Amino acid sequence: MAVDTADAVLITELMAKPARRKLWPAVWPKLLAVAIFIGAWQVVVWLHWKPEYVVPSPFTVLDQLRHDLGTLTGSVGVTMRRAGEGFGLAILIGAAIGLAVARLPILRAGIGSMITGLQTMPSVAWVPLAIVLFQLSERAILFVVVLGAAPSIANGIIDGVDNVPPLLMRAGRVLGARGFSALRYVVVPAALPAVVSGLKQGWAFAWRSLMAGELITVFPGSIGIAQTLNVSYQNSDFVGVYEAMIVIFVIGVVVDAVFFGTILRAIRKRYGLIDAAAL
Amino acid sequence: MTAPTELEVRIQPAAAVSIADVSKVFGNGRGSVAALDHISLDVAPAEFVCLLGASGCGKSTLLNIIAGLDQPTSGQVNVRANRTGLMFQEAALFPWLTARGNVELALKLGGVGRDERRKRTDQLLEMVHLGDFAKKRPHELSGGMRQRVALARALAQDAEVLLMDEPFGALDAMTRDRLHDELETVWRDTRRTVIFVTHNVREAVRLGDRVVLLASRPGRVAEIFPVEIPRPRRIDSAEVATLAAAITDRLRAEVSNGR
Ligand SMILES: Nc1ncnc2c1ncn2[C@@H]1O[C@H](COP(=O)(O)OP(=O)(O)OP(=O)(O)O)[C@@H](O)[C@H]1O
Ligand SMILES: [Mg+2]
Repeated sequence: MAVDTADAVLITELMAKPARRKLWPAVWPKLLAVAIFIGAWQVVVWLHWKPEYVVPSPFTVLDQLRHDLGTLTGSVGVTMRRAGEGFGLAILIGAAIGLAVARLPILRAGIGSMITGLQTMPSVAWVPLAIVLFQLSERAILFVVVLGAAPSIANGIIDGVDNVPPLLMRAGRVLGARGFSALRYVVVPAALPAVVSGLKQGWAFAWRSLMAGELITVFPGSIGIAQTLNVSYQNSDFVGVYEAMIVIFVIGVVVDAVFFGTILRAIRKRYGLIDAAAL
Repeated sequence: MTAPTELEVRIQPAAAVSIADVSKVFGNGRGSVAALDHISLDVAPAEFVCLLGASGCGKSTLLNIIAGLDQPTSGQVNVRANRTGLMFQEAALFPWLTARGNVELALKLGGVGRDERRKRTDQLLEMVHLGDFAKKRPHELSGGMRQRVALARALAQDAEVLLMDEPFGALDAMTRDRLHDELETVWRDTRRTVIFVTHNVREAVRLGDRVVLLASRPGRVAEIFPVEIPRPRRIDSAEVATLAAAITDRLRAEVSNGR
């Protein structure tokens, strides 16, 4: 008898659960929300609360957006390159600091709480310093992005390493995992959910910092999406302002919720951190 | 039987686990708890010893100390083995690994090569009747199934000394009986030393060469019962029942003393 009663019950339960996640139930509420938002916007336009060149119809904006897709793609490209570089550098620095603080008590005592403090610092507050240090340049923007994102990433790692369940450390030790192999086979996998959620938060901060940086530091050369926003504003092209804001919002949501959100949910599910009944 | 000669005494194998006058106090000051009080016990190589005692009498504490996860407050523990396996009271599986992954990791950390590892993992999972559940993660398994994965993982370690903390607590009687047979076979074939904690007196008599009864608050050795019933034994045999009844009486007295 290879399967006993308890096993048989579980098999039926597992078979009753469809393995592949259905897309539609997750998508339609979001589409509905967007529709309601556009509707409400149109109602505001009809009420003539503000002149039409200040609050244009959503359809005017979407139309223009389709028309401007080419130029916008260019500035999105510039922005995403900056985001990639800044976030990548923030990961390197955040990981180094996070690991160092998690492992060295003296560092933890010294700067552990300051990392959280840095996180609460609004990224715009760094911009003047960045300009003083690096003038109006790519490096000034990079500086702001890294300072915005690195603390969250470091905190995710510290949090993950601190909260490895002691029982699992003991289980690893009994199985012969010590030193590096304990790190590799117990600490790293146990810390993974916290680390990824730190990355997700780090991305959100990186994106905000990048927008703050681009908005304030307009310089000739590469024009990012928030710089496009600024230029439109200066030229009183308010449709352009809306366009850029929509693009900024959509990129933020897609990377945060769709990309990081999906990864995080998959990890939590795999680790059994999501209530099975809620799936 | 004549008294052993001096030579015989000398060539007697050294104990696999020797516990000498071990005490353990948790915390200090007024809130301190004396978990173990001057416990001494020698376990011979290839011996199967069962520990019985009321809840909270220090059984898990003792196993942790033997495994080297905890230090005794006083006294000494000597384990003559390259490896000591411990099956925790909670399954303590790694939630990010499948049942197969958990067993395989034990083999990997034990230095077993890849092909051999796959083969042994299959065998072990088959042995605990979980062949069909190899790909499930711990949170997808029932409590008893998790315990069985933990058993497979503990056996995968190939440790000379195997410590087991209520390994079969969450199993139905049928499954437990089958695993008793499997465990006995493994023990006999591999000549391991086993220290096995249980609350089930019959289980202790079914499996043990000796049954050690611990008294509580603080934990002491109350009495040691040699089990001279020939193997293979059956948990529902009359001999097992008779000895279990005697031990239960003694245990009952200990539990009410501890109150
Ligand atoms: N880490 C700890 N810190 C403080 N006290 C502890 C700790 N571990 C165990 N104790 C105490 O030591 C005593 C013995 O605990 P232990 O877990 O060894 O009992 P046990 O015999 O295994 O009980 P059970 O049969 O319920 O598992 C208990 O009073 C418990 O409160
Ligand atoms: Mg216990």
